[in-house]
Amino acid sequence: MSLLSVEDLVVRHGLLQAVRGVSFSVEHGETLALVGANGAGKTTLLRAIAGAHQAASGRVVFDGADLSGVPSHERVRKGVALVPEGRRLFVQMTVEENLLLGRTAGRPGDWSVERVLETFPNLKPRRHAKAGHLSGGEQQATAIGRALMSNPDLLLLDEVSLGLSPLVVDRVYASLQGLISSGTTIILVEQDLNRALSVSDKVICMLEGRIALAGDSKNVSRDEVTKAYFGLHRKSAGGVPA
Amino acid sequence: MMNQIIQGILLGGYYALIACGLSFMFSVMRIINLAHGSLAVLSAFALWLLASRFHISPFLGLAIVLPLMAVIGWALQRFLLQRSARGGALLPILTTFGLAIVIDNVLFEQFGADTRSLAPYIGSLSYASWEWPGSIYVGKLAVIIFVTAVVLLGGLQLFLTRTSLGRSIRATSEDPDTAGLVGVDARRAMATAAAIAMVTVGLAGAFLGMRATFDPYAGATQLLFAFEAAVIGGAGSLWGTLIGGIMLALAQTLGATVHPQGFLIGGHVAFLIVLFIRLYTSGLGLGGLLRLSTGKAS
Repeated sequence: MSLLSVEDLVVRHGLLQAVRGVSFSVEHGETLALVGANGAGKTTLLRAIAGAHQAASGRVVFDGADLSGVPSHERVRKGVALVPEGRRLFVQMTVEENLLLGRTAGRPGDWSVERVLETFPNLKPRRHAKAGHLSGGEQQATAIGRALMSNPDLLLLDEVSLGLSPLVVDRVYASLQGLISSGTTIILVEQDLNRALSVSDKVICMLEGRIALAGDSKNVSRDEVTKAYFGLHRKSAGGVPA
Repeated sequence: MMNQIIQGILLGGYYALIACGLSFMFSVMRIINLAHGSLAVLSAFALWLLASRFHISPFLGLAIVLPLMAVIGWALQRFLLQRSARGGALLPILTTFGLAIVIDNVLFEQFGADTRSLAPYIGSLSYASWEWPGSIYVGKLAVIIFVTAVVLLGGLQLFLTRTSLGRSIRATSEDPDTAGLVGVDARRAMATAAAIAMVTVGLAGAFLGMRATFDPYAGATQLLFAFEAAVIGGAGSLWGTLIGGIMLALAQTLGATVHPQGFLIGGHVAFLIVLFIRLYTSGLGLGGLLRLSTGKAS
């Protein structure tokens, strides 16, 4: 049984249909990269899985349970954690308080404040600093750490490299590599195609709310993804998803 | 003068106590609760009823009334304020205004227009005092109220910073959508915050009844004092509320020394001065303030 199964999902923003009948599945321990141009529906899809947007139709099945109508805080309890685009930290609270909030769901697991600080050493000296006073890289590390504190079975990462310098992005991805190696199931929205293909097992390229290309990252060339990105390629490669 | 300063500081404790719930609701739930004073009076009447009919001391009565106030706060948030908040920022203000009218008139219907007090039910505490050097008499009840205010504000501060539920409430007040994404049940957090605010209102109502008289329409005056103390202290800041309460009380005490009618006016003047300073330093500038005051702001 797949850990996550998205079935014919449709999500609307008012009259705009942002996600149009998307279906795919993610197995335990897999890393899936979602790529696509701005406005392709990646963030909306991720937020719909996390429960921040309600689906107009279709289903999100997680660990065998239908999540339709389940609010976002309940989904965290079930093991779905989102690192939202733009970090969305609680800027009036300290790094430690932000991390402790991730434990609200009360899921058992190994993640603790100390372990997050070991995973992201740049946060150690900033433990008691207000989140609003952190650099972009430190904020991103805090946001990822906060999600990890809920001991998720599925980690959703939305544009973790957005607005960060290449050096900081390298550092964030080095930390993520450890999570990926440890078998954490991850769905990653990423604009950097090379990076997305290098860290993921599977890749889905979205275009105008639909899946334009889906395949194994090893079997899909950068050229194929680029074509799908611009709407020049509309078929499944590598014999994967849906 | 020293006597007046001490009395002013102690009176500030009461104002901080009554402003605490208003400030808490505003900072956490972004709701200006215009029924605040009426709810305090409701609590005072409940304690009076327990004392006069069932001979339960007001201090013991708190064990019944405070949980009831918590339930009222929880229900208010879940069934009234949460729903009205969906209609924009103005609707909860109108809703609480309507609620104040309902509470006032129900109390009037039930208890009539007579003024009442809890003082007869607390023995000598209502008038007993300590004599300090320099012939300064400090009321025991005033000291109890001040200490209660400090303990309550300190307790709330600890609750908000050191407990998981407190952090959840702070997170929800800052960004309810993101709070949900980290596992916080925003509706539960808000309802809990409303329950806590109502407990502080209940406590303030008890001390209102012990230190003074009250009637069904006494809520408006208490709301005014609470509002002034909260604004002077910087609405939303817990310790600021204590400072605001003390500043308001000192201004009133000073006003009373200048003129017998100057008690209330002294407080209002202090409130207006602080309000204008806050508006001026908020970046509007003097021109902006004048445009606002003449209704010409675009």
